[in-house]
Amino acid sequence: MAADYVDWLRREGRIVIVGASLAGLRAAETLRAEGFTGSLTLIGDEPYEPYDRPPLSKAVLLGKASPRHTELPRRRHLDAEWRLGVPAAGLDLTGKRVLLADGEEVEYDRLLIATGVRARPWPVAEEAELDGVFVLRTRDDSIALTERLRAGAKRVVVIGAGFAGSEVASACREMGLEVTVAERAGAPLVGALGGVIGAVAADLHLENGVDLRTHVTVTALEGDPMGRVRSVHLSDESVVEADVVVVSLGSLRNTEWLSGSGLGAGPRGIASDAGCRAFDFRGIVTDDVFVAGDVARSPHALFGYQFLSLEHWGNAVAQAETAAHNMICSASDRRPHMWMPAFWSSQFGVNIKSVGVPPMGDELMIIQGSTAERRFVGVYGYKGRIVAGVTFDNARWLEYCQRQIEQGAPFPVEYPTVDRRPEGRKAVPADFPDPSLPTHGPTVTLSGYSPADRRLVFTPGHH
Amino acid sequence: MTEPSLVARITDFANRADPYPLYAELRRTPVLHEEDDDPYVISSYWDIESLLHDPRISSDATNLTAAGADELNQAENTGLPPSFIRLDPPEHDRLRRIANSAFGPPHKPRRIDGMRGELHGIVAGLIDGLASGTEIDLVDQFAYPFPVTVICRLLGVPREDEPRFRSWVDPVVASLDPETRQGADPDFVRKAQEARTQLGMYLAGLVEERIKDPRDDMLSDLAAGKGPDGAMTMMEVLSTAVLLLIAGHETTVNLITNGMLTLLRHPEYLQRLREEPELAVNIVEELLRYEPPVQLLPQRTCITDIEVRGVPIPKGSRIWLMLAAGNRDPERFKDPERFDPDRDDLQHLGFGSGIHACFGAPLARLEAQIALAELARRLENPRLVADPPPYRPNAVLRGPRHLPVAVDGVLP
Ligand SMILES: Cc1cc2nc3c(=O)[nH]c(=O)nc-3n(C[C@H](O)[C@H](O)[C@H](O)COP(=O)(O)OP(=O)(O)OC[C@H]3O[C@@H](n4cnc5c(N)ncnc54)[C@H](O)[C@@H]3O)c2cc1C
Ligand code: HEM
Repeated sequence: MAADYVDWLRREGRIVIVGASLAGLRAAETLRAEGFTGSLTLIGDEPYEPYDRPPLSKAVLLGKASPRHTELPRRRHLDAEWRLGVPAAGLDLTGKRVLLADGEEVEYDRLLIATGVRARPWPVAEEAELDGVFVLRTRDDSIALTERLRAGAKRVVVIGAGFAGSEVASACREMGLEVTVAERAGAPLVGALGGVIGAVAADLHLENGVDLRTHVTVTALEGDPMGRVRSVHLSDESVVEADVVVVSLGSLRNTEWLSGSGLGAGPRGIASDAGCRAFDFRGIVTDDVFVAGDVARSPHALFGYQFLSLEHWGNAVAQAETAAHNMICSASDRRPHMWMPAFWSSQFGVNIKSVGVPPMGDELMIIQGSTAERRFVGVYGYKGRIVAGVTFDNARWLEYCQRQIEQGAPFPVEYPTVDRRPEGRKAVPADFPDPSLPTHGPTVTLSGYSPADRRLVFTPGHH
Repeated sequence: MTEPSLVARITDFANRADPYPLYAELRRTPVLHEEDDDPYVISSYWDIESLLHDPRISSDATNLTAAGADELNQAENTGLPPSFIRLDPPEHDRLRRIANSAFGPPHKPRRIDGMRGELHGIVAGLIDGLASGTEIDLVDQFAYPFPVTVICRLLGVPREDEPRFRSWVDPVVASLDPETRQGADPDFVRKAQEARTQLGMYLAGLVEERIKDPRDDMLSDLAAGKGPDGAMTMMEVLSTAVLLLIAGHETTVNLITNGMLTLLRHPEYLQRLREEPELAVNIVEELLRYEPPVQLLPQRTCITDIEVRGVPIPKGSRIWLMLAAGNRDPERFKDPERFDPDRDDLQHLGFGSGIHACFGAPLARLEAQIALAELARRLENPRLVADPPPYRPNAVLRGPRHLPVAVDGVLP
């Protein structure tokens, strides 16, 4: 019976993917590659075919790539129906229908949700609307920002020194613009990598001429009578002139369209089991609804089965492939999504990479190289085990860190390594901020053990 | 009399033409340590891969304390400081970065790709020269002169000096062979040292010229040393130049020769290559797996006691990483003994991995791709005259000494 259903599904079932970006595209390709011949529909609210985001804060800002041409390479012909430029507005779980904002409905036998995240906007709406205030998540954001930067911008203020904010600051400095970075924590990248590495990042900012302001928050954006942003007010009562403000305060998960659907979806994302099947709001796993990419949160065996939310390119790809596989295979062939979190960034000419879950670590050890030289390998420890690694311009050692995490290798690292320096002989506190304080910029968020989001209110509707 | 050890049989010249059955035997004991003075021999793909990324593994000869290690140090122990292939970070990284600023992106993004036309020209000229006979020696007439010409142009070494530097390169290369090392003939070791010094002195003359009169070549750029890491010392420039000169052709000659030999043994792929020259990319990758020019890395040690598959390896031991055995590890590859350029995960250890991963890989790939595609296209009805062909003695840089091939003619 079940096997018959899978056979039928693979042959002539209807699969709908909501979110036509990295995860959505890779899932669609995997479905076809694994022999799915039924109908395939991709729904995306952006009017563009899937494009790549990481270049938007790197090569594009530097003028080395056009914001209009970061299309994702296609691995195969898809034979799919594309519904671009129209958001999904609701989900009817029992009726197996996706409701579109234009009033249409799309029925599915299996659904993949890959709606990702969006940039957290500046919280004061009228200030956010000032001319010259930008966020950076989409192609449109990137076109608007690059055009403005090139059209004679003079002073840029970046609010938030996570990875994205730091990359923007780096690119602006390279373009010769004056840049102020305002960060609530004591240093850049603190949410993602902790205070010790943050201090290294702070040096990078300062050396490259960034006016870095830490331990401050932005209290207001001030506009001129023409409605153009003029200055930024900080909590230390200083005022910084600016004609461009880039708001880089992390992201919000695109789950609002699911509210009331009965799915375990909320501000922390959509919870799924390790096989990418979504939980409903009661914490019961669904059979026909799968999730992948930035919007998902799923338990990871290597990290105590905590639910992880990962805003990582590589995670979106791997999870999409696993979800697609599991959507069209029999129960016994399902695979868990066991991707090792891995992230990269390039800023101020330095290649930064991490594996594992740095914010889980409470201690850090520089096992190779030196932070003063900005070339090093650091590992994070938690309860006597290595849980993460970070490299600055030393990516070839990352694989070793990964293996240590996979093996639950002991921390601290007592043995010598090639290029072990005196500073690396002992573990130091990694210095992450109190997890109860909001930080923007962690690219991995430990989002607890509960699959369902308690804050969700179930209001049956739509049918 | 006991049977010779597996390591001895692998280095034994008698087994050079087909060491693969020995490697299969080796993989049955993935961490093999036969006798006290023997190296620890690692033959499984995943173990090699992971040791190449392990920061407890060193390429620096001064960390070797095991017996048999002394001779190993000697070839590099010559007045010239060790080149970066025999150094650990941070020195390795600094020298490699400076060398790279004269070779590849971001400083010289066009250096290799810009040579494409020139490579085609050299290949065309050499193949034209084959037209006179019906039997050719692919090694002497093509696979050797091609990469030598290329590395000479790249570095800025006069091509006509080849017979001079040849006489110094040969003993250095021979000293990389564990068989000759184990013999530890002091005379032999001294000769290798002298040859390396001579080669260095020869290159010093060229570097002096380039300092006065820089040109568009790597010696000029190495000597000028403009970059965030500053300049190399004169001695560092020389040992780097020696490394590049030798690594730049002693391996590629074998990749091209092994390539042609393998294609002649698998004529269906020779035919396909003739029809689809783009297949050269996959063919070269699969060759690097199936017949890798660097068969093993015999120069590693560990700077602390380690354990591989539960086998303890004491600090300072000699460790051999058997790239060619890992490349045919059934734990890693489906049908590993089959030459199959169509496999969907074309991966290999042929260029090593980790921080010492081949520096010249982009050049080596391009050379081999162009060479094999053009040989396939232009040689009419090529046939192997001797199978197996005669081999070079070296067990590390393994390949045929000659590859006699009969042809009906050479197409324009
Ligand atoms: C500027 C920038 C730089 C980055 N740099 C790096 C980096 O260096 N390294 C790294 O690992 N990661 C980086 N990332 C993160 C990486 O791009 C993401 O992890 C990846 O895009 C996630 O893919 P996704 O498909 O899950 O989500 P997304 O790419 O966010 O796609 C979701 C799609 O769904 C659409 N959508 C949302 N709601 C609806 C709806 N209701 N109906 C229809 N469609 C909807 C969205 O508009 C979007 O097109 C960067 C991201 C940005 C923005
Ligand atoms: C088919 C051709 C080639 C093969 C199979 C090959 C293979 C290898 C291997 C296996 C290593 C790793 C050594 C180790 O880990 O100890 C290496 C390193 C190296 N190769 Fe190659 N190589 C080839 C061609 C070249 C060329 C053309 C050049 C120069 C232009 C070159 C320059 C180097 C250098 C400099 C190193 C040392 C890198 C380091 O220590 O960081 N090689 N090569």
